[in-house]
Amino acid sequence: MTKYVAWLTVLLLFQINLLTAQLTVDMDGEPAGMADNQTCFDCHGKKIYSYENPVTGRIERKAMNPNFVFNPSAFYSGVHRHFRCTDCHSPDYETFPHKAELRLEPIYGCLDCHGGDPTYAHFHFDEIGSEFEKSVHFERQSDRFACWSCHDPHSYKAMTRSGFRITEIVQYHNNMCASCHDNPDRFQTVSDSLKLPLDRIHAFLPNFKLHFNAVRCIECHTAVEDTMWVAHNIVPKELAVKKCVECHSSNSLLMSSLYKYQNIESRKSRGTLNAIILNEAYVIGANRNIYLNIISIVLFGMTLLGVFIHIIFRIKKP
Amino acid sequence: MAERLYLYPVWLRLWHIVNALMFLVLIATGISMQYSNPDAPLIRFDLAVRFHNIAGVIVSINYLIFIAGNLATGNGRHYRIMFEGYFKRVLQQMDYYLRGHFKGEKAPFPVTADRKFNPLQQGTYVGAMYLLLPLIIITGLALLFPETIANRIGNFSGIYLTALLHASVGFLLSLFMVIHIYFSTMGATPSSNFKGMATGWHEPH
Repeated sequence: MTKYVAWLTVLLLFQINLLTAQLTVDMDGEPAGMADNQTCFDCHGKKIYSYENPVTGRIERKAMNPNFVFNPSAFYSGVHRHFRCTDCHSPDYETFPHKAELRLEPIYGCLDCHGGDPTYAHFHFDEIGSEFEKSVHFERQSDRFACWSCHDPHSYKAMTRSGFRITEIVQYHNNMCASCHDNPDRFQTVSDSLKLPLDRIHAFLPNFKLHFNAVRCIECHTAVEDTMWVAHNIVPKELAVKKCVECHSSNSLLMSSLYKYQNIESRKSRGTLNAIILNEAYVIGANRNIYLNIISIVLFGMTLLGVFIHIIFRIKKP
Repeated sequence: MAERLYLYPVWLRLWHIVNALMFLVLIATGISMQYSNPDAPLIRFDLAVRFHNIAGVIVSINYLIFIAGNLATGNGRHYRIMFEGYFKRVLQQMDYYLRGHFKGEKAPFPVTADRKFNPLQQGTYVGAMYLLLPLIIITGLALLFPETIANRIGNFSGIYLTALLHASVGFLLSLFMVIHIYFSTMGATPSSNFKGMATGWHEPH
């Protein structure tokens, strides 16, 4: 009987494990599609590619369209590293020269693969999709804007819940925004308006450069949702956070966005005090050390008490 | 009765009043930033940052004036501690403040033209002016130009450590200011030292 109960328990635990399993990408092993992809990267991994012209028999050297150049090492360090190019692109691309109509092939969005699938539930793709549809990007450019406008599937990394440093996460995310908002040529692929340089738009910020290196654009430009790790509802500029104390206070909104994961993790492993002390960043008004606060209040109180006692003795002096 | 002494020349009084006013601005804006509260702001955050930066730069320039003045006029000699028997003299002065003063005893180190500070004042003023003030100016300037600060020092953020040192030194200087103002009331009359710092003339006990 005991034996059956034990087997039943093992089986039950196995089932629970299957139900709660979260998809993780093997980032260490050899990429599954590496050999197949090499044919594509032979041309698309370089700025200059060469091929044998079947008519003249000559080896031709041509410049690759920069929009179609992909860095193999960036691809293999991204979350789609085990994919073959033809998993997403038409197998007809295996023929060279590529057919002209292939340029018109539909491009998958994140939700085409990840939407409605419990395997990816912990990534909240469906919620991300609905938040994105509320965003100013979708509202103004729904026909031109898609996940890939910001997240390049050829190099996308899951940065937020990871061991990356805050500065690396900030740089990675801000480069996404800056790739359009600080690049007039690319910006004009979705808009006719000319944008001022980012530092001029943000001239009201003391030390824009420091802010840009320390926090992500989305900290101020999104509506934060508690259930999401990275907010995707980019709000119109009029609704962006402009009050310094939203971040520079003990109730800093950074705690529910940029530092959310790091704080939860560091508290698990090091305890609250160290989590605060060892925090990578310094945000005046938000970084408060309770022990230093107590020490300073006690010292200040003792000073005032000493002065008060001295005054009493002076008054009572004969 | 001893004669009045002209101890505080114009440059020193100007330096002192600028330093005092800017320190009040720095303390108010510093506390406002460190304990910023969206519901009850002491000073609006962006204004606090701006005023703190301006006051900090003025204090830094003013410090250079203090150093130059000390070198040029000989005022610096009052900050030179004679270490031989210094600890004993400090204890004597402390005994006066804690006991002798209340019993009507004479001050052990009365103010003269050659001895503007008693040993306890001398020690704390040297600490404040030649240790704490340079530290807070250096860390303050580093925070004004944070790109000059190392990203990481060991396991810590360079900016965090610099800010921690800046705030801690600021706190110690605030304590110094409270004590300094209180002991200034221990002149011939509670207000005579304040008048002296306004007119330049020290009223002896």
